[in-house]
Amino acid sequence: MDIIYFLFRQTLLFSIPLLVVAVGGMFSERSGVVNIALEGIMIFGAFTSIFFINIMQQNGVLSGQSLLIIALIIAALSGGLFSLLHAFASINMKADQTISGTALNLFAPALGIFIAKMVQTTQNIRFENQFRITEVPILSKIPVIGDLLFKQAYITTYLGIGILFLASFILYKTRFGLRLRASGENPQAVDAAGINVYKIRYAGVFISGLLAGLGGLIYIIPISTEYASNVSGYGFLALAVLIFGQWTPWKIGVAAFFFGFTKTIANAYSGIPFLLSLGVPNIVFKLLPYVATLLLLTFTSKNSTGPRAAGEPYDKAKR
Amino acid sequence: MKNKEALNSFISSIFAICLGLLFGLIIIFIANPNQAVRAFSILLQGGFYRGIKSLGLVLYNSTPIMMTGLSVAFAFKCGLFNIGTPGQFIVGAFTAVFISLKCTFIPNSMLWIVAVLGAGIAGAIWAVIPGILKAFKNVNVVISCIMMNYIGMLAVIELVKSTIYNAAGAESYSVPLEKALPRLGLDKLFNGASVNIGFFIAVGLCILAYIILNKTTFGFELKACGYNPDASRYAGMSEKKCIILSMAISGFFAGVGGALTYLAGTGKTLAIVETLAPEGFNGIPVALLGFSNPLGVVASSLFISYINVGGNYMQSCNIAVEIIDIIIASIIYFSSFALVIKQIMNKRRSRKLVGGKE
Repeated sequence: MDIIYFLFRQTLLFSIPLLVVAVGGMFSERSGVVNIALEGIMIFGAFTSIFFINIMQQNGVLSGQSLLIIALIIAALSGGLFSLLHAFASINMKADQTISGTALNLFAPALGIFIAKMVQTTQNIRFENQFRITEVPILSKIPVIGDLLFKQAYITTYLGIGILFLASFILYKTRFGLRLRASGENPQAVDAAGINVYKIRYAGVFISGLLAGLGGLIYIIPISTEYASNVSGYGFLALAVLIFGQWTPWKIGVAAFFFGFTKTIANAYSGIPFLLSLGVPNIVFKLLPYVATLLLLTFTSKNSTGPRAAGEPYDKAKR
Repeated sequence: MKNKEALNSFISSIFAICLGLLFGLIIIFIANPNQAVRAFSILLQGGFYRGIKSLGLVLYNSTPIMMTGLSVAFAFKCGLFNIGTPGQFIVGAFTAVFISLKCTFIPNSMLWIVAVLGAGIAGAIWAVIPGILKAFKNVNVVISCIMMNYIGMLAVIELVKSTIYNAAGAESYSVPLEKALPRLGLDKLFNGASVNIGFFIAVGLCILAYIILNKTTFGFELKACGYNPDASRYAGMSEKKCIILSMAISGFFAGVGGALTYLAGTGKTLAIVETLAPEGFNGIPVALLGFSNPLGVVASSLFISYINVGGNYMQSCNIAVEIIDIIIASIIYFSSFALVIKQIMNKRRSRKLVGGKE
């Protein structure tokens, strides 16, 4: 039983950041802007917030959960602001969205390392992980669920799950969500209805920036105590999860959880007696997340299509 | 008409490069105001700073990104986003190193040719899997390429460990000089920089890709399928065939890039670290900066390599080398404005024309 709890918690650590970032990407792509810059935005959001944590901890100003909450806000805001660069290029300047996205992906790690080297001579920003909650009072006493969700946890886990619910609500139950989806499918119709497509798309990209920045910090906090402007390709994996989840919130949730679980197996198989006893070569476990995703996609992609107008700059003059 | 278009592209690239450099200069000024001017002039001198040797370094460093850039550009022209170059690159690199270390029955003079071809085929196989999945199962190329990147990286680590592992350094063995790419005396010409035949192979392949894309029916079909699949199907072209072949060719280029990098005889080894090959991702900016044109890729890879060499020298002024990536990123960002800039230029020109008629 302990092993199951352990696996579940590990799975959450991998899947929550993927989930948050992929849901962010969903907002951008459903509004009609392909956001390949998720990786760069994650890096940037994590950079500013971890730099903030580093300064606060060194000066002893803030600590514990209040520090984490402020850092999360900073991560989200800086990610959102950074993503506006992508929004400006792809909405106002009618840029090829792959190009401006690639520029951001290249820019973020370079800037992070550059600033870190200039300010403190090494590129690694150190921080102390004081954010893990050993036990949530009362809730952790619930059988099974208490062990699964409320022990050795981070508030970011609850935040991530909350974001999934909220995203689904916004996308399907609000006027803004309807307009957002419509701008990604048929922007001309949205425009004809008297709604500003540019504003909707700016909002979509900005939300994706908020969430990707947030996801960057959520990813880094549990796994390390130093940060070198690198999220090891998680932004691209989130992009994969987004497509895997066919641009819908709940499917993205399932895809992120699936990927997180296989990734946990890949990392922790040596600690699980049952898996070790199978006598399968290590490489099989290591490749599991990627091969399994490919195989699943092979059987589920037949009718998969993204938002129809994604990737096309909106031109009022076009019919 | 075509010339005007080319001129507009050229002007907007120059505009982007100038803005990017200006942005870099501002950052340098903020970071280190005292030495900013000196640092920036070193950066601009880049490939000439230490004479002919620096120039050799430019050619040597441009080879890997020229190949991965060509790979990305070729797929772009065919309407596919090949983000799988890191995987194809590393698989090619492993195949090349493996062949040159293990296939001792081939004479050394022939060995590098076999290794390069083997690497290309390995890269092609790696890229054709996403191609087939796209053609027959409608799997998104971006996501399958990302997965193939990780699979390739992890598989190569495992294969290195079980075949050509050098336990002393926890890395693969390197390719010895006598089995490496011929240098044709270029290293002496360039005063000790490791220039070899690889650079010329890369340029040759770029020219070949240009000819295929622009002068052959086959290339026309590939481009047409990418541009408008429905129209091409109507015209009797097989969309599936086009996707698979363009991915295979694109992967071939990335794989050859891996071979040219690791067969250079500079003692480069395959490390046992779980990171994707940066040379692969660096192909994307190269391709974008070169307008996905194979000849443009030659120019853009030389340019990026040129300012990278300058950036390395610039570290003596206490400026971190990452400034180069910041500059390249901002150049690419500004180059994405190309469309609007072209529109502005066209408007001005047409206004002039109208004025002339009156």
